[in-house]
Amino acid sequence: MGDIPSRSATTPAGEPGVTGRHARPAGTGVSPNAPAGPSLGGGGALPTKKRFGMEAGFRGLSTAAGAMVLVIIVAIGFFLVSKAVPALQANTENFLTYKAWFPNDAEPNFGIAALAFGTVLSSVIALIVAVPIALGIALFLSHYAPKRLATPLGFVIDLLAAVPSVVFGLWGRDVFLNPVRDLSLWLNEYFSWIPIFGGDGPFGRSILLGSLVLSIMVLPIVTSLSREVFMQTPGMNEEAALALGATKWEMIRTAVVPYGKPGIIAAIMLGLGRALGETIALALTLGIVFNISFNLIENGGNSIAANIANTFGEANATGRGALIASGLVLFAITLVVNMAARAIIYRRREFRDSAA
Amino acid sequence: MAKRIEASNVTSYYGSFKAIDGISMTVEPKTITALIGPSGCGKSTFLRSVNRMHEVLPGARIEGRLTIDDQNIYDADVDVTAVRRMIGMVFQRPNPFPTMSIYENVVAGLKLNGAKKKSVLDDACENSLRSANLWDEVKDRLGRPGAGLSGGQQQRLCIARTIAVEPQVVLMDEPCSALDPISTLAIEDLMFKLKDRFTIIIVTHNMQQAARVSDKTGFFSIDKTGDPGRLIEYDDTQKIFSNPTEKKTEDYITGRFG
Repeated sequence: MGDIPSRSATTPAGEPGVTGRHARPAGTGVSPNAPAGPSLGGGGALPTKKRFGMEAGFRGLSTAAGAMVLVIIVAIGFFLVSKAVPALQANTENFLTYKAWFPNDAEPNFGIAALAFGTVLSSVIALIVAVPIALGIALFLSHYAPKRLATPLGFVIDLLAAVPSVVFGLWGRDVFLNPVRDLSLWLNEYFSWIPIFGGDGPFGRSILLGSLVLSIMVLPIVTSLSREVFMQTPGMNEEAALALGATKWEMIRTAVVPYGKPGIIAAIMLGLGRALGETIALALTLGIVFNISFNLIENGGNSIAANIANTFGEANATGRGALIASGLVLFAITLVVNMAARAIIYRRREFRDSAA
Repeated sequence: MAKRIEASNVTSYYGSFKAIDGISMTVEPKTITALIGPSGCGKSTFLRSVNRMHEVLPGARIEGRLTIDDQNIYDADVDVTAVRRMIGMVFQRPNPFPTMSIYENVVAGLKLNGAKKKSVLDDACENSLRSANLWDEVKDRLGRPGAGLSGGQQQRLCIARTIAVEPQVVLMDEPCSALDPISTLAIEDLMFKLKDRFTIIIVTHNMQQAARVSDKTGFFSIDKTGDPGRLIEYDDTQKIFSNPTEKKTEDYITGRFG
């Protein structure tokens, strides 16, 4: 940079690069095998490269930052595994299939089965409830609502995401419990022939309550991410659909939703991540029962994170190890979910990458 | 198939800004009409008014009367989607649906109108791609993404998508401005071919193109920035380019504009 291209007549014709374009005599054309002489800088000794400049400094800094992530992850993993393994070795039952949780006994017996089941079930139901509503809100905000309504409404949705989960938990336990109990009674009366609404009670502090509270918590994430995605739909694709005679809803189905599909999946997975990892709201709302049952309305349910919050206080060394092991299982579940989501997103990658 | 378009005293607004003022012209069936003029003079606005795409933009509205075979397309009880199906549009930049394959792109309009039978869609896809002079280039890769084609092929794909729904009129808004000369030539050949079936109105900045392809030419202009565009002269293409009546037209086509 800053060097002046040589225009001297001695430069060979057709020299590639900066000089060639200016110095080439008319008619010679570009010769591909022109001799490579010193051309840039126009003679004189070239300045040497700085050995310890800003360039090398920043490179080192950013490399160190990148390496630090790996170091931290490996350190955490090592710590968790080293705590979990002794507890698992002391376990007298099969960790993966046993349903009870007594790690603090003289003969520790504990298993993840009921907890993992409750975690996944409550999260899936929360998503089943939240996702259609969230997508509806997102489409309304991005394509139907007038701008002066969409902006404040979007703000309110984002505000919902800022409510601490303990507040949701207390609200769910003290306020939301009663309507959900009434709903459960009603469901039980008329739909008890469906196993998920069967049982003899008591009702209320059930998977249903936990899932509904969870669904309110994941709603803002899914909504605001999908709204961003929907708003990014190229206007020219929307116009193309309209010009083909599409109604507004048909235009959304043809141009907006397919374009946003990977983003919607990502939004759902982020919501699922939040639901799976949610601790205190579920600890406050679920009935804390260690069994595997698809019954949604009877008191019961438990989750890995809620169990950690509830039992960590009185856990001994083996108990803590057992809880850490359950945390590793939760991590594994989240990892599988994320990888599945990525697989879905990348499957039609060809269609996205070729989009201009 | 093709129908006559009649505009009388069409004035279009973007909010309070008047973009075109009092445009009146008649476009005969099975002809190519070129609209030329400097940037910002309302050619595209007029074109978008013809198939009611103008009103898609917030605050946009129109006054005056636009008819297709004596039916007012701005009648209160006219279904706007029916108007757009009857009057297809090809845009300035090729805009195939990025999530769809070539096949899906071509039949997208048919699917919107309820066609489901695979044999019908297959036939329509092949016919439209043949009409758009694209079949031979893509017949072996109909399942590949439409956005993976070259710019010229994409534009022909968009034309195939437009004519697949069998419109009466095809509007083209600078369809070649993003294309190289060879692709442009391909589109122009295509326009001659489509003229047998459709009424075509094309907006172009390329005066040679207007002279080459069109039967009639309309010259739009504005007095100064901020003024509404007006139709200065509308006549046979031959006359516009050899012996225009208006001095402004002559200045523009001979490059002495402004």
